[in-house]
Amino acid sequence: MREIALHLLDIAENSVAAESKNISVHVHEDLLHDRLSASVIDDGCGMDAATAQQVQDPFYTTRTTRNVGLGIPLLKLAAEQADGNFSLQSEPGKGAWVEAEFRHSHIDRMPLGDLSSTFLTLLISHPQIDWTFLYRVTDINRKSRDFLFESAELKNALGDISLTEPEVLAFLRGTIEEGVEEVALQTVPA
Amino acid sequence: MPAIKSLDELKRVREAALQKKQMKATPGNIQVIVAMGTCGIAAGARDTMKSVLNFIESERVSGVTVTQTGCIGLCEQEPIVQVMLGDQPKVVYGKVNTQVAEKIMKQHVQNGQPVKENIIQI
Repeated sequence: MREIALHLLDIAENSVAAESKNISVHVHEDLLHDRLSASVIDDGCGMDAATAQQVQDPFYTTRTTRNVGLGIPLLKLAAEQADGNFSLQSEPGKGAWVEAEFRHSHIDRMPLGDLSSTFLTLLISHPQIDWTFLYRVTDINRKSRDFLFESAELKNALGDISLTEPEVLAFLRGTIEEGVEEVALQTVPA
Repeated sequence: MPAIKSLDELKRVREAALQKKQMKATPGNIQVIVAMGTCGIAAGARDTMKSVLNFIESERVSGVTVTQTGCIGLCEQEPIVQVMLGDQPKVVYGKVNTQVAEKIMKQHVQNGQPVKENIIQI
């Protein structure tokens, strides 16, 4: 996994599997405090404290095709390698909150990656879920820029039209890509 | 095409899409399913998905449902894409990079001819 955005896609798929109705994906690049945090918050089935510990172990999984589960351990490792930390809070029936935090300037911090593709993929693949995407950048002058996308109002406006009709798809892709771009840090190309 | 941002614009988009859909009778239900387990994502499933969506958008293909599934236990074949055309049996493709995805969309989804060299037998 080469991008934080890919990890977010992976972690959010866990929330979908937990039968959530509402899932929020938040990314905050905080230059003032030199932190980058990425979190997924859901209202799915949740898990007890023992399970919340176990899923951080690569040799624990609920699936039956293999006896390893790497999604969460990989993200935890990525965060810890970049002077960050990982937390998973959950209660049965009360959803889950997964957060990975990195030191923004750490040499081993994975790039944020293609956040708009992650958002678009989640939205298209799971139209039944009410998604909230929040991407925030805070600069060293304490100014924040936000991109907030909520799929519920979109669903009302669209009614029975599929998200994968070409016109709708163009609209969604344009909105998300532009929104993310406007907020994104201007990075110098390598 | 200029970006459309407001909800009013979206409603217009919706009307346009509705009209077009009614004009063009779709041949049954078409489903494209991209596997998005940790293994799929690590192997590039998001780019595969993006390629499918780009094709739909640029070629204006109407009536295709794009969805996802988790790990199906064939991690070494990821990214995996499954195509279902109406009542026909499901076709499972392995190692679907962005080029193969485009080929599947063109040849199979649009013209009904499966891309034989990428089919995996389960």
